[in-house]
Amino acid sequence: MAASAAVTANYVLKPPPYPLDALEPHMSKQTLEFHWGKHHRAYVDNLKKQVLGSELEGKPLEHIIQNSYNNGDLLPPFNNAAQAWNHEFFWESMKPGGGGKPSGELLALLERDFTSYEKFYDEFNAAAATQFGAGWAWLAYADNKLKVVKTPNAVNPLVLGSFPLLTIDVWEHAYYLDFQNRRPDYIKTFMNNLVSWEAVSSRLEAAKAASA
Amino acid sequence: MAASAAVTANYVLKPPPYPLDALEPHMSKQTLEFHWGKHHRAYVDNLKKQVLGSELEGKALEHIIQNTYNNGDLLPPFNNAAQAWNHEFFWESMKPGGGGKPSGELLALLERDFTSYEKFYDEFNAAAATQFGAGWAWLAYADNKLKVVKTPNAVNPLVLGSFPLLTIDVWEHAYYLDFQNRRPDYIKTFMNNLVSWEAVSSRLEAAKAASA
Repeated sequence: MAASAAVTANYVLKPPPYPLDALEPHMSKQTLEFHWGKHHRAYVDNLKKQVLGSELEGKPLEHIIQNSYNNGDLLPPFNNAAQAWNHEFFWESMKPGGGGKPSGELLALLERDFTSYEKFYDEFNAAAATQFGAGWAWLAYADNKLKVVKTPNAVNPLVLGSFPLLTIDVWEHAYYLDFQNRRPDYIKTFMNNLVSWEAVSSRLEAAKAASA
Repeated sequence: MAASAAVTANYVLKPPPYPLDALEPHMSKQTLEFHWGKHHRAYVDNLKKQVLGSELEGKALEHIIQNTYNNGDLLPPFNNAAQAWNHEFFWESMKPGGGGKPSGELLALLERDFTSYEKFYDEFNAAAATQFGAGWAWLAYADNKLKVVKTPNAVNPLVLGSFPLLTIDVWEHAYYLDFQNRRPDYIKTFMNNLVSWEAVSSRLEAAKAASA
């Protein structure tokens, strides 16, 4: 039991790697307080309650996600586990003073797989704008290729066989306080001012190493 | 062409049957301004553009909904058409000074099919609270029985073979400005202060007549 208690502590509500007001004016402190402080926190707390005493207790988050995806016929822990993972990945996809065009290898790969950064930008924006209802848009890596993916609700590229590199949350709770119905403005603001290309590059390196 | 133009005018953004501030303090004027004035308006405008020049142009909204549901493999006009329908139905499901327990035949039927009003209340609340992501919760009528149904995104009971009687919108845009993450508080407020049982009764009469 003590071992279980210690391991369930692994499902933590990790703070974003910056203060809650650090993304202003592009994403308000108020949004971070609700989005991280209430929504993300609830997914973590509810996951802990959900796996307590089950065979999933103590398993890594990615294990729970893969095992409860069940080819789309989701088992109960999936939503909380995947949303806990997705949100941590989202905070780390952003940084103060972020956004704009990447450089170096990442830019070269985006140009290789999308023709130009602008074409990638348009494709990513379109995916994020057209994910109907709640969901996420992603830059992902699979078979030595970068691609844009959009997913509904809690689904993420892990269960679709690719490595996530970047995400934007397009659940309305992610942008409603700052942008209300204006999702396209939120997406542009994210791309122009928030994306952490450093995080994307380091995830790409990890993905390449894991694929080797 | 003149006939087509006249008929597409049938896809109208009908105002709610009360002023935009009439549901305060339970649902703010600001929410109505965005929810009706931006979100609902966009579904109607986008639907018109989408069906212009197609065989669906000029067809009744319910016809478009039924024909584009395609057993869940949604055709492009479905989301806009169903959301236009759902939102008009939602505004009409509420009234100033609404909510609370119904009386007469409606109460009798709720007691017959749910054991008690309280059991219906709990079941409706649970459906609305647990619809993961975007969607709706409904009281519906089929085979001479009342039932609670929850649906994702734009789906509604029409395509599931039952008559909608009451709905609550649980897309986050419906409650985020007033309640943020507190969806259960929004649902209780809706049930206690906003439901128009008159609208529900009159829909039930229509459903019974149509089923006869």
